[in-house]
Amino acid sequence: MDHVTIPVVDPGSAEGVLSLLWLVIALPLAGAAVLLVGGPLAGARAKGAMDRWGPWLACTAVGWSFLLSLAMFFALLGHDAEERQVGQHLFTWFEAGSLHVGMDLLYDQLSALFLLLITGVGFLIHVYSVGYMAHDARRLRFFGYLNLFVAAMLVLVLSANFLGLFLGWEGVGLASYLLIGFWQHKHSAAAAAKKAFVINRVGDIGLSLAVAVMFATFGTTDFTTISAVAGEASQGTLNALGLLLLLAACGKSAQVPLQAWLLDAMEGPTPVSALIHAATMVTAGVYLITRSNFIYEHTPLAQTAVVVVATVTLLWGAILGCAKDDIKKALAGSTMSQIGYMMLAAGLGPAGYPFAIFHLLTHGFFKANMFLGAGSVMHGMDDDVDMRHYGALRTYMPVTFLTFAMGYLAIIGFPLFSGFWSKDKIIETALAENTVVGLCALLGAGITGFYMTRLMLMTFFGDKRWEPGVHPHESPQVMTIPLIVLAALSVLGGVMIIGSWIVGWLEPVTGHAVHPEPPIAPILVTLLVVAVVAVGVAAAWFLIGRRDIPREAPAEVSFATRAARSDLYGDAINDVLVVQPGMGLARGLTTFDRAGVDGVVEGGSAAVGGISGTLRRVQNGFVRSYALSLLGGALLVVLALLAVNLG
Amino acid sequence: MTEFVKPDVAYFELWPLLVVFGVACLGVVVEAFAPRSARYITQALLTLAGLVAAMAGVVMIGLRFAGDGAAEDGLVHGDGAAYGLLSIGGTIVVDGPTLFLWGLLLVFGFLGALLFAERHLDGGVSAFAGQAAALPGTDAEREASTRGLDHTEVYPLLMFALFGMMLFPAANDLLTMFVALEILSLPLYLLCGLARRRRLLSQEAALKYFLLGAFSSGFFLYGAALVYGFAGSMEFGAINEAVRNDAANSGMLLVGIGLLSVGLLFKVGAAPFQAWTPDVYQGAPTPVTAFMAAGTKVAAFGAMLRLFYVAFGADRWSWQPMMWVIAVLTMLVGAVLAITQTDVKRLLAYSSVAHTGFILTGLLGVQATADLAVGEISSLQAVLFYLATYGFSTLGAFAVVSLVRDSGGEATALTRWAGLGKESPVVAGVFAFFLLAMAGIPLTSGFVGKLAVFSVALAAGAWPVVVFAVLASIVAAFLYIRVIKAMYFDEPVGDGPTVAYPSVLTATTIAIGAAATLMLGVLPGPLLDLAAVAGEFIR
Repeated sequence: MDHVTIPVVDPGSAEGVLSLLWLVIALPLAGAAVLLVGGPLAGARAKGAMDRWGPWLACTAVGWSFLLSLAMFFALLGHDAEERQVGQHLFTWFEAGSLHVGMDLLYDQLSALFLLLITGVGFLIHVYSVGYMAHDARRLRFFGYLNLFVAAMLVLVLSANFLGLFLGWEGVGLASYLLIGFWQHKHSAAAAAKKAFVINRVGDIGLSLAVAVMFATFGTTDFTTISAVAGEASQGTLNALGLLLLLAACGKSAQVPLQAWLLDAMEGPTPVSALIHAATMVTAGVYLITRSNFIYEHTPLAQTAVVVVATVTLLWGAILGCAKDDIKKALAGSTMSQIGYMMLAAGLGPAGYPFAIFHLLTHGFFKANMFLGAGSVMHGMDDDVDMRHYGALRTYMPVTFLTFAMGYLAIIGFPLFSGFWSKDKIIETALAENTVVGLCALLGAGITGFYMTRLMLMTFFGDKRWEPGVHPHESPQVMTIPLIVLAALSVLGGVMIIGSWIVGWLEPVTGHAVHPEPPIAPILVTLLVVAVVAVGVAAAWFLIGRRDIPREAPAEVSFATRAARSDLYGDAINDVLVVQPGMGLARGLTTFDRAGVDGVVEGGSAAVGGISGTLRRVQNGFVRSYALSLLGGALLVVLALLAVNLG
Repeated sequence: MTEFVKPDVAYFELWPLLVVFGVACLGVVVEAFAPRSARYITQALLTLAGLVAAMAGVVMIGLRFAGDGAAEDGLVHGDGAAYGLLSIGGTIVVDGPTLFLWGLLLVFGFLGALLFAERHLDGGVSAFAGQAAALPGTDAEREASTRGLDHTEVYPLLMFALFGMMLFPAANDLLTMFVALEILSLPLYLLCGLARRRRLLSQEAALKYFLLGAFSSGFFLYGAALVYGFAGSMEFGAINEAVRNDAANSGMLLVGIGLLSVGLLFKVGAAPFQAWTPDVYQGAPTPVTAFMAAGTKVAAFGAMLRLFYVAFGADRWSWQPMMWVIAVLTMLVGAVLAITQTDVKRLLAYSSVAHTGFILTGLLGVQATADLAVGEISSLQAVLFYLATYGFSTLGAFAVVSLVRDSGGEATALTRWAGLGKESPVVAGVFAFFLLAMAGIPLTSGFVGKLAVFSVALAAGAWPVVVFAVLASIVAAFLYIRVIKAMYFDEPVGDGPTVAYPSVLTATTIAIGAAATLMLGVLPGPLLDLAAVAGEFIR
């Protein structure tokens, strides 16, 4: 690939409003501290008062962060293009000899956009949650976790080195774990939280190994240094780094093969699904790859791997979305698929990075919008999530319906809505790079049109299929206003592409792209995409809209539907490949262990009855076997030493 | 016949050792002459005061070593960053790493002594048997417990063990090292058998520990004899010379290294010599477990570092492959077996086995400061730091274990911990914090420690071990999460656990453990610096 020079990260010092960068993180962190520490300590009366102002405190903290981000964004706009990278040194995390790791922040064009997304959408979701969680006794803790998440996510995107990024990475993972399992009385929620944590740890292997490799290769993890010297490392090292970072991204962004946790994560409260599992955290993988462009540009192998993973995921997620009856899980499948699009763009190099970020932003708007809309629907339907029990809600919940419709039109790529611009650009770039990948992306767009239309039809149109005793109603204003704002953003998000603004804005970070000649004219691509989407929508109309929807999911279905309903056997695959062998190993070791160890314990407790003779007999036997294992170990050690050195 | 020369004793530099030993002896005298009612308070205060005095000595020696006039004062300066002095005819060496380890051991000894002195948890009596000589289930035992008797010999025993632990990494020849090994072990065997509750389990643990410990000491001694046969000297410097110059009889040396390492690996609980760990950790009274888990590991790893770096450093290519395998095996055995444990103390024991593996990973790193590239830390520094992080979180975690009780004493079954988050959010939160630190979550000490040992091992080219280490830490994270899930997400069984309200003693230990775990995660710089200042072993 004939790329021009890869940009080097070289931040200037923070001045003016930009010197308040640290405050963006500090505000939500302080909010979390007050709510999480103060809540349990407060007495009964203070608790009552705190229950009232606590949620608003959380909103205020994020709100101020948003205002600061906005002010900083405009300050950055005022700078020259070369001076738009700003660094701030907070403190030295550790320093030993020549090893130096600072808590340094980096504010540049990329993190500026993320800051706006995280604090902006985060603020709206905080406000929405005030209404959504109004009757939950543990809402102080909920808002504390939510603030904690925002702070950790900001650390992730603002850190100027990979170690700080890892800190945020683990922080959002922890917050996600706590929030998925927030309704801990539900067993399924606790199990889902654990699953998410464990699968994410697998991804974290990638990131922690990558950090260690960076230390060993470059002696540092600073973006500044690595971006300058990355090209000097050996190809093997760079390939390894690229693949390790991809593994990390797969875990956090629910890409195949580490996708299985995302659908289960929908056990969390709906605002959590909107903020963490749709708009921000799950896109951290895309951020990681875009941020590490100085590594990926040197390793075509890893880039190819990214493209493959992304293509598989965008189809995988879309297929899941077609079969789910749980409204949140259908949306989660769609999230997975849309992140696949972003990863795909990120894997395409400098030509794709800006569109990856562009789609990430527009997706942040419309997906948050639809998740909150789904939450509003659930709110009105007594927390029922089964779309087969919905229907005809458009007249009962007009605001929710209209805002949801904006999100719907955006995600399927209806012309002039935000998703239209961003997805179109990705498909166009993909087609130019590789026809097969491009066609897969095109097919994905068609399936998106299908499952989103299905979701719309089942929820808002058709006949009433409500449970008896359910009285759907519109949600309070504190919930609908954020919906309206997000709907507006879903419609208008496309303005960022006017005059290729976002491409030029991100160019100093992601590098100047040499666009290969597209096989067909862009306008034809656009028309093709619209046509494919229209086919998908029409198919949904004929298959679902014109028929009656049974209240129970039909059992006699095709193999494809069955496969999609069971997450394309993602859990089964994990089970066979990882869980079973792991359990087998643990069981084997346990049997061995129990023969020697547990027997003694049980023997010991039996002997508490006072039969010291039994005790002695039991004890003798087992010490003997321990001693035997000691002897065997010693023999092994000595023989191995001799064999290695004298053999 | 050679003439006996009176060895030169550097009293100032040996002050911490001498104080600890002196206080231990004094404790025996107190036990003999003080009235029973006054013993508890006398012993506890004497022990704590002795530890503080010894710690002051360590600080003063450190300041003197760091001072400008150190060279004129006759301190041996090795090459590079090593400094320090040999005493008592070259059998004991006081250098930077020794001082660092002494400091750690004294701090852990102090925290352990606080736990020993705790009497609030079990209705006004300590965690130790009223009268160890009374058989379990007899009238004598019942009488001892109704009279509220207390074994105050535990304090001198603690001090003797601590003396052995401090001598262990300071030993500069094989014989002294062996003596130190025995001094530290014997009091621990005794302490393990002194639990007030579940006495049979406790006595069983003690006997088992003793038998196996004696067995492993035999290996150590045999190894020492073989190495002496090879080198013609017990002294580490001379062994190093012999290893460097002599290629003949290397079979004897190799077998010697192997047997010596068996003795040491047994003490640190590395696989395949880990079998005793869960039984002993579970059976011993929890304060003893806490002290032993932290102290023994620090002392034994200190000794191991000195033996392998100073005496066998020139021959590292012959022992490193073995250590690679043992490190991997230890991490995997520890992490995997911990998953199926149903008892909190056993679970922590297996987790400590896994930690042994992580520390061994650090042992594989680059040793000499001169060989380091820019941005790297020495493996000694990494291991010393890891030992500190491990000690604080382990002491803290076991201290928390001693708080969760039911009518039968401590409730260590994991099922009894279900719902602890509701019962006592603070205790559950602190325990969860310790577990997260052991799992190596950033902003806790465990993360920085793991990062340090992993990166030194990577820098030395031991990447396969590091891959396994990261895998093992993932598996370990799973089990820690399992406990956290049980505490927060599971419904309590029956009445659920009760959390005993501790006195200021245990509370202090937990608070210091948690604070250190947090501080070493957020600002590890000062301690890493201190470990760097400690420099290298003198040879």
